[in-house]
Amino acid sequence: MNPKKPTRRLFLKNGAALAGLALGAPAVAKSVEGADAPLERVDQLHQHGERSHFVDSIRHGSINNPERHLPDEPRAFGLTSPIQDSSGMVTPASLHFVISHGYEPPDINPKEHRLLIHGMVDRPMTLSVDDIKRLPSVSKFHFIECHGNSTTGGLGGPQRVSPDATAQDTHGYTSCSQWTGVMLSLILEQAGLQKSGTWIVAEGADDYKHSKSIPIGKAMDDALVAYAQNGEPVRPEQGFPLRLVVPGFQGINNVKWLHRINVVDEPYMGMMEVTRYPRLMPDGKSRWFEFELGPKSVITRPSGGHHLQGPGFYEITGLAWSGGGTIRRVEVSTDGGKIWKDAKMQDPILRKAHTRFTIPWNWDGGEAMLMSRCTDDNGVVQPSLAEVAKIWGTDPDFFKKTTLITSDMNAIQPWKVNADGSIKNAIF
Amino acid sequence: MRFSKFIVVAAGIAAIASAAAAQQAAMPAYKGIGTPATKQEIQAEDISISREGKGLPPGSGSAKEGAGIFAEKCAVCHGVNGEGAKIGPALVTDKNAHESLTTMKPVRSLAAYWPYATMVWDYIHRAMPRNQGGTLAPNEVYALTAFILYKNGIVQESDVLDQKTLPNVHMPNRDGFVPARLEDISDEHKRGCKQGICP
Repeated sequence: MNPKKPTRRLFLKNGAALAGLALGAPAVAKSVEGADAPLERVDQLHQHGERSHFVDSIRHGSINNPERHLPDEPRAFGLTSPIQDSSGMVTPASLHFVISHGYEPPDINPKEHRLLIHGMVDRPMTLSVDDIKRLPSVSKFHFIECHGNSTTGGLGGPQRVSPDATAQDTHGYTSCSQWTGVMLSLILEQAGLQKSGTWIVAEGADDYKHSKSIPIGKAMDDALVAYAQNGEPVRPEQGFPLRLVVPGFQGINNVKWLHRINVVDEPYMGMMEVTRYPRLMPDGKSRWFEFELGPKSVITRPSGGHHLQGPGFYEITGLAWSGGGTIRRVEVSTDGGKIWKDAKMQDPILRKAHTRFTIPWNWDGGEAMLMSRCTDDNGVVQPSLAEVAKIWGTDPDFFKKTTLITSDMNAIQPWKVNADGSIKNAIF
Repeated sequence: MRFSKFIVVAAGIAAIASAAAAQQAAMPAYKGIGTPATKQEIQAEDISISREGKGLPPGSGSAKEGAGIFAEKCAVCHGVNGEGAKIGPALVTDKNAHESLTTMKPVRSLAAYWPYATMVWDYIHRAMPRNQGGTLAPNEVYALTAFILYKNGIVQESDVLDQKTLPNVHMPNRDGFVPARLEDISDEHKRGCKQGICP
């Protein structure tokens, strides 16, 4: 056995334990020096599990990469989820994608955190995290997707369109979790929502106090104030201790570090939602306050960067989701869209959640083009790139040329399988 | 007599019942959860500014006053003339930036893109300087807003911005958003949006 060298994180943990013990037992001190490292590691695995050190799947993104800085937001960064390595429909919280508009997650003490509800309510009130945990709870699986996921332009565009792109590069800004919390409708009713309130402005406690306007219809429908994600407290970079989850709406609506909800009678023009997120169309006019994400799917295995070992049997698998509801059907083509076959969808198949699909495939060793397309329960079918261009009122070439974030890009993703087993991104 | 007495008693019971019902409506469904927020608490937290300036505090400032504050507190990140640097985006852009919006390299700068001047006030107030959001006094925020708008040729150097004048500043891209009427925004289905894309 040659156990991995203790990581810096483990070392820091030990340091903290040491401090906590106020110069505790010599045995602990010895372990910091590494003499008892194997035993130490087992101990920590028992206290709080870590994945095998043979697993190296990580989020990656653009922190400190000058080439990926936006001129109008030079410190923004995004970290994509390694969906090419994913299984099932849940994303581990540790691998959930992250978008930051230039700030580190705030370090919030949940005992001091308060959610203020005010504006057009009869009973403006503050709720502590413990207050919220006393209320009737729900646990719901929902995806969160950045509206810029799969964009061909702007931040991440060059990586996304590269032939060497992985599914993480093309579709990594989506993740799915089981969120536990309280329905926002219940909280608004607890505060005595007034009829005149037609919008809410949700605000985070981060350094730029992100604010987002959401129509009251949505707030009262299926939004929830979450304190847990996949069975554990929401992680700091995901909004600890409270996150607003707005199922099926663009990621920006899911306000992290939620600390204030103002009930108002019109959308308030938050900086991000009005100056970064509207869809600037080729005619120079912007469509603002677009919310619902369309149906989308991607084959995650085999996908870009994977290498087929040789002809024979492979299961094709991927993810499908829609902001409009439940995925009703997923079809897969291995010949570039000539023949489509129905894929099998794995339980659970839930509203506004990732749905895992699979289909068996025998690779004959020749060239192939793998694609998936999904249909949601509104009957809306995931479009091809040409169809997306049509909806935009432009031609597919536009998506090659623009430096804009082409938001809500849900075009069918083709993966080209070469005879040598290599797999390339074939979006263009 | 006995009959009228009965009526009085019945009316009394009805009055008590309706008072109880009114009280119940005023009570939250879940007892003992949440603390009433005082006006002061709300005032301290409420930084929302509507497009028409609802929420703007008293105070005023001009570009002349803003120049010194900008040099002291903003230039280090945004450049001495607001041209942008490694940390802060450009706040001052070419006069023709607005025309770039129909090109493949649109400049979505403050002057070229933001629809309301009140948003400039709101963002400076809530978020600036970086990691010190909320530390600027209202007069300073008015002055900085005036300075940035002046540098972009949107207001005059001597213009004084306050609760009344700021919402009336016309931004070049004010009419660049669809739908134009706020009351048409909230219902995506009525708007004919499909797959997240609105016509």
